[in-house]
Amino acid sequence: MSLIKETDYGTPRALSEKTVSLSIDGHEITVPEGTSIMRAAMTAGVAIPKLCATDSLNSFGSCRLCLVEIEGRAGTPASCTTPVAQGMVVATQTGRLAKIRRGVMELYISDHPLDCLTCAANGDCELQDMAGAVGLREVRYGYDGANHFASTKDETNPYFSFDPAKCIVCSRCVRACEEVQGTFALTVDGRGFASKIATGSADFLSSECVSCGACVEACPTATLIEKSVIETGQPEHSVITTCAYCGVGCSFKAEMRGEQVVRMVPYKDGKANHGHSCVKGRFAFGYATHRERILKPMIRANINDPWREVSWDEAIAHTASEFKRIQAKYGKDALGGITSSRCTNEETYLVQQLVRAGFGNNNVDTCARVCHSPTGYGLKATFGTSAGTQDFDSVDDSDVILVIGANPTDAHPVFASRMKRRLRAGAKLIVIDPRRIDLVRSAHIEAAYHLPIRPGTNVAMVNALAHVIVTEGLVNEAFVREYCEWDAFQDWAAFIARPENSPEAVGKVSGVAADLIRKAARLYATGGNAAIYYGLGVTEHSQGTTTVIAIANLAMATGNIGRRGVGVNPLRGQNNVQGSCDMGSFPHELPGYRHISEPETRAIYEKIWGVTLDAEPGLRIPNMIDAAVDGSFKGIYIQGEDIVQSDPDTHHMIAGLAAMECVVVQDLFLNETANYAHVFLPGSSFLEKDGTFTNAERRINRVRRVMRPKNGYADWEITQILSNALGYPMHYRHPAEIMDEIARTTPSFAGVSFDLLDRVGSVQWPCNAAAPEGTPTMHIGGFVRGQGHFMITEYVATEEKSGPRFPLLLTTGRILSQYNVGAQTRRTANVAWHEEDRLEIHPHDAEQRGIRDGDWVKLESRTGATSLRALITDRVAPGVVYTTFHHPDTQANVVTTEFSDWATNCPEYKVTAVQVARANGPTEWQENYRQHAAQSRRILAAE
Amino acid sequence: MSPEKLTVMANQIARFFAHLGPERAPAEIADHLRKFWDPRMRRAIIAHVTAGGGGLDPLAAAAVALLAEDATVS
Repeated sequence: MSLIKETDYGTPRALSEKTVSLSIDGHEITVPEGTSIMRAAMTAGVAIPKLCATDSLNSFGSCRLCLVEIEGRAGTPASCTTPVAQGMVVATQTGRLAKIRRGVMELYISDHPLDCLTCAANGDCELQDMAGAVGLREVRYGYDGANHFASTKDETNPYFSFDPAKCIVCSRCVRACEEVQGTFALTVDGRGFASKIATGSADFLSSECVSCGACVEACPTATLIEKSVIETGQPEHSVITTCAYCGVGCSFKAEMRGEQVVRMVPYKDGKANHGHSCVKGRFAFGYATHRERILKPMIRANINDPWREVSWDEAIAHTASEFKRIQAKYGKDALGGITSSRCTNEETYLVQQLVRAGFGNNNVDTCARVCHSPTGYGLKATFGTSAGTQDFDSVDDSDVILVIGANPTDAHPVFASRMKRRLRAGAKLIVIDPRRIDLVRSAHIEAAYHLPIRPGTNVAMVNALAHVIVTEGLVNEAFVREYCEWDAFQDWAAFIARPENSPEAVGKVSGVAADLIRKAARLYATGGNAAIYYGLGVTEHSQGTTTVIAIANLAMATGNIGRRGVGVNPLRGQNNVQGSCDMGSFPHELPGYRHISEPETRAIYEKIWGVTLDAEPGLRIPNMIDAAVDGSFKGIYIQGEDIVQSDPDTHHMIAGLAAMECVVVQDLFLNETANYAHVFLPGSSFLEKDGTFTNAERRINRVRRVMRPKNGYADWEITQILSNALGYPMHYRHPAEIMDEIARTTPSFAGVSFDLLDRVGSVQWPCNAAAPEGTPTMHIGGFVRGQGHFMITEYVATEEKSGPRFPLLLTTGRILSQYNVGAQTRRTANVAWHEEDRLEIHPHDAEQRGIRDGDWVKLESRTGATSLRALITDRVAPGVVYTTFHHPDTQANVVTTEFSDWATNCPEYKVTAVQVARANGPTEWQENYRQHAAQSRRILAAE
Repeated sequence: MSPEKLTVMANQIARFFAHLGPERAPAEIADHLRKFWDPRMRRAIIAHVTAGGGGLDPLAAAAVALLAEDATVS
């Protein structure tokens, strides 16, 4: 193994289909029109010296190192800014050029500390490389002139250091922040010799910098460098793997020293991220080696006892014995399992196999229950496939982008950067969200329309958009007639045209002016390629599925399906939530979204698993908890989920778990759910195993082991050992064999194998004989289900209503620096940005209650109460409050209710009627909870 | 399983299919319940109706009557 160094072509790829031929240093080269001479040369292996150029950024032409000579042209133009021309003859190495380059390098080096041997970038410094490349042997100016050596380092960012003394002011960092990330946090301050890189604030941490690492990646010197490299030294080998945070699924090079991760560097050939990253994937990997990680199995008879460390053999034997006892006493349906959307496809496949074949029932579910299960139902019913329709690259061809119930800059930041780039290039944006999310207005981005709806009125709003499209003659009738069920369309059109769906009627319900709704609808229908991106603000409602269907109706009615730039795109929350759904984690579906009642599908698995499968759907997570409270559900195997913190109505969740006789938690840490567990099986991190993740664009990407599992086993091995102990044999030797079985049994995965992924990088399902390298865009030339199916979407107000006792509506969400329940990110330096959940409240509502910014406030609903500190902001509308759920000290879900989506039981996190009042500190319940958690985490060492 | 909670859930489902009218909606609602509700949930709602429990939307009640005819949960 060696360190993977991608080729840097200096300038971005030109997209023209027309080609141009030229000669560079005697090499005959043909490249797309618009290609720079620098890039053309590099395609032939001719590396022109450069400092301010890198192929992730547009050419800039400032360093004067990449000059070339062109036959018939005067001067020495910069090769990065000069495009190729037909018949051009270029020389990159001449005596004249060498002299100029050495002169330029002398100027740079005369103001650069000569501490190469002790510099952290030694061996990975482009300035050092260029000194060698140009043959620098002396600096005639000496080193005694004015310089920047005394500049103060900025060490405020927890992950990287900024040392102005080593800066050559090439602007790569500034341009990366603008062009790649789209934050515009950096600038060049001053002129001439006084020029310096500056943030808009006193330092990096207090600035608008989002710590994505794009500037660090772009820096050619040690000016911006990872602290981990400063502390550890340069890596010696690297492995390509996939991030274990959000559903974007970025590819990274894990750069290693032995089994130690030195840094995670975004991989340029990663097809989801194209070399970009966010603060989580790039820097927040330290949780894998955090001191609180549990590495030994533990058991206890009672959840009030301390844990007792035991051997793997004892833990597995105890679990198997307990599960057998429970099934013997209460019946086979008294057990269930939860697969993890943070684990690999192969691991989720094994857990559902264990439940279906080992437990003999279908009581298996996954965290998609509480996030995108409505997407699965809604898109399957309308389009025929439970997944998004596009790849991320598709956004480059969008003219109109409609974002509803999603906050991409916080929850899917790498894709958000891509989207912002397209918006800066001219695409129009519509945002439908109760909050003024960053996309509504940020640097060089402004939404054409922001529709700040009242929480819980999504269906009414999307119906109103459709109403305008139908009644104003904006339907793409040719598309509908050719690709959709015409009768169903006519029924839907008649329904949607009814007065109660008009913007004027919906305006009263949603709180959005009718005129704004009409303008947004017209833009979506007539603005060119229109794409919809949505998130949990759509799905986590009592009508979540209805909104997904309404969105699908909207896309079909306008013909915005089946080509690049359009489509319906659910932004998935966790790294492998798409994959866990694909792998048969739902209690009613086998892998590939085939209902358990289908005899022919069951027969496929019965044959290879050697068992008879139950044809009835099993319990979903909330049903499992209800059944536990009622006494018919007694044991559960939970792999990599923390349902006590992430699921709604915490009191009820705890009551359900406490009523069970054997709760098994397999995780990295003693999470909140483990407080109610009887067995703890230590899990492995994504760095310690092989497998695949499937991201929000259906892209199957390899996860590669970079170190041995610190707990002894990869998660798939633990499931297999448990299954064998239960008497259901599994004998997989490697995750590749599990994927081979998935491919043999699941038509949409038929062509997938580790060999293919190692060869082509990644593929998007369906991947089969018809699409051997995957399917970036779905439904081209027709829908998967045959014809698109319009469905009636009547708006039904949620039962959760504000009133005199609970006059405000609470909605919950995420923040950039933290991830889900925070189990990983809270154990990293990301807490520098978000160390506690805060309650966002409008100044008007705060003033009415005498609340000042930073005050402790009690947030109370009919199900529970918690206290946290207030953040006064007009980002939320009057009458709406907002918080995150990243911290167990807050336990925001003690406030959310049992209401859920009609079709899928996805909880209604986004609408809870609450009251807010000043408080003195945490509630009594929080204090008790904290004490209980501390008691529950006591560990007796092994004898 | 709490009959009150199951009643709320069944009524939500009924409301989505209500536009189909009393002739077509019960079959669709029953189909949804068969596909997504574990047998013990279906048994519980049937038992609730059989015991004279109230609260069900008429379309949901009609769907539960169809479920009661299924051999697998009776």
